Amino acid sequence: MAGENPASTTEYIQHHLTNLVYGNHPDNGWSFAHGAQEAAEMGFMAIHVDSMAWSIGLGVLFCWLFRSAAKRATTGVPTGLLNFVELIIEFIDGAVKDSFHGRNKLVAPLALTIFVWIFLMNFMDLLPVDLIPELLMMVGVPYQKIVPSTDPNITLGMALGVFVLMLYYSIKIKGTGFISELTMHPFNHWAFIPVNLFMETVGLLAKPFSLGLRLFGNMYAGEMIFILIATTFAAGAGAGLIGGGLHAQIFGEHTSAWFWLVIFILVCGVCWLNLKGKIPTGRTVLLCMVFMTIGGGLTALGGGLMQWGWAVFHILVITLQAFIFMVLTVVYLSMAHEEH
Amino acid sequence: MNINLTLFGQMVTFAFFVWFCMKFVWPVIIEAMEERQKKIADGLDAADRALRDLELAQNKATDQMKEAKQEAAGIIDQANKRANQIVDEAKQQAVAEGDRLKLSAQAEIEQEINRAKEELRARVAGLALAGAEKVLEASIDDKANRALVDKLAAQL
Repeated sequence: MAGENPASTTEYIQHHLTNLVYGNHPDNGWSFAHGAQEAAEMGFMAIHVDSMAWSIGLGVLFCWLFRSAAKRATTGVPTGLLNFVELIIEFIDGAVKDSFHGRNKLVAPLALTIFVWIFLMNFMDLLPVDLIPELLMMVGVPYQKIVPSTDPNITLGMALGVFVLMLYYSIKIKGTGFISELTMHPFNHWAFIPVNLFMETVGLLAKPFSLGLRLFGNMYAGEMIFILIATTFAAGAGAGLIGGGLHAQIFGEHTSAWFWLVIFILVCGVCWLNLKGKIPTGRTVLLCMVFMTIGGGLTALGGGLMQWGWAVFHILVITLQAFIFMVLTVVYLSMAHEEH
Repeated sequence: MNINLTLFGQMVTFAFFVWFCMKFVWPVIIEAMEERQKKIADGLDAADRALRDLELAQNKATDQMKEAKQEAAGIIDQANKRANQIVDEAKQQAVAEGDRLKLSAQAEIEQEINRAKEELRARVAGLALAGAEKVLEASIDDKANRALVDKLAAQL
């Protein structure tokens, strides 16, 4: 949590943007990096443990969810999870059929994996920025970035995977036609071969890079805004009328995540009781306001509302980015299948 | 923002998940969906066909009903006509029988009358003879006077 002074705010932001890195440090050998400086010194021989763990975890979640739906797949009346999964699959199938005209068994499952996996990775952005890092901090994990798609390694890794497929199908389908496409396009004359080769190679390489960097840029910016709102949120917590006093009494300067967790559970409980019909809606809103006020003071309430507002807007962004990545992948693969 | 091994880690993971999806998820679900689609289409077709069949059957039933009604009406008409006919015939027969009975009764009565007349004549003849015998107290030849007396009796 950040205090009011700009130095610790910067520190807070930087802390949030640092991955948990395990790598080969020139001085310490294979170890976890302590801070961004050491991580940078490790160079290429390092791995972002948090990004990998979350991305693999979410990928496994995707596989498990869809596999359990597939096991229940029936030609009869679909129910529950299967309905939901079929909705997604039908959507993907429609999108793929719209833009991919070849016959390829790989493209549709690829598109499904990309869409759902990226959506899940982006979705981590909607969890409160401090929640999981703070909780992990308590068990001794110093750094944690829970949104894998704000890591360029992850997005570019997927884009490169797509790139490999593009090259593979270009060569498989077109054969030498692919080479002539690289050399005899757009100027169909032997003298222009170097120019053509340069232009086409740049064009070819731009595809995976734009693919990966677009997703990374969008998610990184979104995450950044969450963090910036959170800094005002946290600053407000210190200055809050009731909350500030309470924090000072219980936790001193540093606000513990447990406090936020308790407030969060209280708010969720009130909302849940309202949904069960035990509390009228007016009183629910009032109680939530009171808890939020106790939790962070009035400024923090503003911060919380801003977080919420941005999260609502961000739902569109994360879905759209997952969809764009998927559609562009399909389009690129479709181009790899078509002769010019 | 360091590019490092994570890149390859993600590529490998990506490949694995795509393989998993391609092998265990996509074909299973898409096949089930397509099969269900076919089943639903078949079902709708069958429903359409059944509806058409039902309509045909209903039309047929209505036609048959109409025919049956007409037939029934015809039969009732015929039966009524026949009944009237029978009643008429019976009346005629009864009248004829009555006439016949009346005639035969009249004939019998006349016969009876004639017989009674004959008898009476015979008795009158006998009585007349006995009276005459007594009156004359003479022995008159029965045979000689018989013709005379019969002639007398015939005049009665």
